[in-house]
Amino acid sequence: MQAELLFGFYIFMLAAFLGLQVISKVPPLLHTPLMSATNAISGISLVGSLVAAGANYNPVSTALGFIAVTAATINVVGGFMITDRMLKMFKKKEGKKS
Amino acid sequence: MSETLIQLTYFAASALFILGLKALGSPETARRGNLLAAAGMFLAIVGTLVHKDIVSYEWILIGMIIGSAIGGAMAIFMPMTAMPERIALSHAFGGLAAAFVGVSEYYRQGAEMELIHTVPVGFEVIFGALTFTGSLMAFGKLSGWVTQVPVTYKFQNQSNIALFVIVLVLYLIWLLAPAYPILFYIMMGLAFLIGVLMVLPIGGADMPVIICLLNSYAGLAASATGFVLSNNILIIAGSLDGASGLILSIMMSKAMNRSFTNVLFGAFGSVAETASGAAASVVGSVNEGTIDDSVTVLRNAQRVIVVPGYGMAVSQAQHALRELADLLDSDGTTVKYAIHPVAGRMPGHMNVLLAEANVSYEQIFDLEEINDEFSKTDAVIIIGANDVVNPAAKTNSSSPIYGMPVLNVEEARTVIVLKRSMSAGFAGIDNELFILPNTMMVFGDAKQTLTKMVQALKA
Repeated sequence: MQAELLFGFYIFMLAAFLGLQVISKVPPLLHTPLMSATNAISGISLVGSLVAAGANYNPVSTALGFIAVTAATINVVGGFMITDRMLKMFKKKEGKKS
Repeated sequence: MSETLIQLTYFAASALFILGLKALGSPETARRGNLLAAAGMFLAIVGTLVHKDIVSYEWILIGMIIGSAIGGAMAIFMPMTAMPERIALSHAFGGLAAAFVGVSEYYRQGAEMELIHTVPVGFEVIFGALTFTGSLMAFGKLSGWVTQVPVTYKFQNQSNIALFVIVLVLYLIWLLAPAYPILFYIMMGLAFLIGVLMVLPIGGADMPVIICLLNSYAGLAASATGFVLSNNILIIAGSLDGASGLILSIMMSKAMNRSFTNVLFGAFGSVAETASGAAASVVGSVNEGTIDDSVTVLRNAQRVIVVPGYGMAVSQAQHALRELADLLDSDGTTVKYAIHPVAGRMPGHMNVLLAEANVSYEQIFDLEEINDEFSKTDAVIIIGANDVVNPAAKTNSSSPIYGMPVLNVEEARTVIVLKRSMSAGFAGIDNELFILPNTMMVFGDAKQTLTKMVQALKA
């Protein structure tokens, strides 16, 4: 059990360093789409809420899981869609007038 | 067997998330990056659905349908100008989901929960709860339902810190006595309260920092969920989100020359109040220009730089602005856009609005890239920006914004300022730029003014 926790921390730390590296290369131009996309990615809580909502542990867990599934799905679906809508607009000169 | 399958989809999803974020680093590949990340998410969700604990799918299905409908509708119909509100709202949903998964886990396991799970559950619920209410407050402030003016009262910081310490103590006691759910629920209730109180003193212009910070918290809460459920994909995705929010909030604080703690505990408004009393207010005559005056300046200009601010978002002036820039461009004038990192209400706010108006991103420049060019510029058009172009940040050491990097607009031959009235900016500080001899003030709604300028240029 302790090993599992330590392993989790390893993963957390490596992902954090990787995230810092990758994200510091994103230009300010794209900061809003970046935030919108990372937000959609953090909608990964959905994965945890799916189990809570579908496992029939007890009614309370199911209800909380259901709300969490709904909230996280809003983020995942809405987040990726709106990021795409935003990024579609970032154009070079040739698309001057659409 | 199914467990291996789930782990494999998570493995692939992690790689796709990271590749996606990497591709977001350049406008040419960004769209593909977003799709990669979305594909990763799809894989992870499909993989999870075969989890052995999941026995019934009706609530999952209903939740996903409702969530997709709301999320999809928001994504399709929300105007680009409302992007900060949407981001704040999505942080709220993220926080709520994390908090509820935590509560659900604790409710299920109760006193039998081991320390390696109670530690992250507490963390997850505290951060999830305060992200939820804090983001709702930010949403309220951004959409105007809650006053944008910083709300301050006596002993505000002291009471907030005290509250936070109480939550921390409750958390520690509960770790030792997880059989007392009452501790857990009081802790969560207070965390909800902290979220509200934390954002209460934050004013409009400080929003970029607090939005980034809440982004980071939402990520950390998701990561803690991963520790609770021993789920690596949650740890990784949450960590990436937390890192992203952290970097952005540090960048934003730097762009305002303020420390993190200063934004959180400083309540800008109260600083400005005391300072503006001490600092000599700007005296001098304002050089007011008509539409025709400004058009004459622009006709004679070779190089023009546009500086947009939150005012442009408020009056939705980006399309009229693009029209004006196109006209100038067809006359052979070079038009560039200078974006201050904290212009608007969230990082990159102005870029999105300009992109929406079909401005090529090759014409858009950051503060460092363009700041030396103002001295070689014939005309600068400032649209609804104030503090980010205030020369007092460079010259007046008693100014509350002293030291903040600003755009050197006053070095241009002529500065045209589009502004609704002479009122001070968010920080409540007078701007001496407005009384400089080479500044021309054109009062009125930015969109209307720009439309009139376009008509005058065409004539």
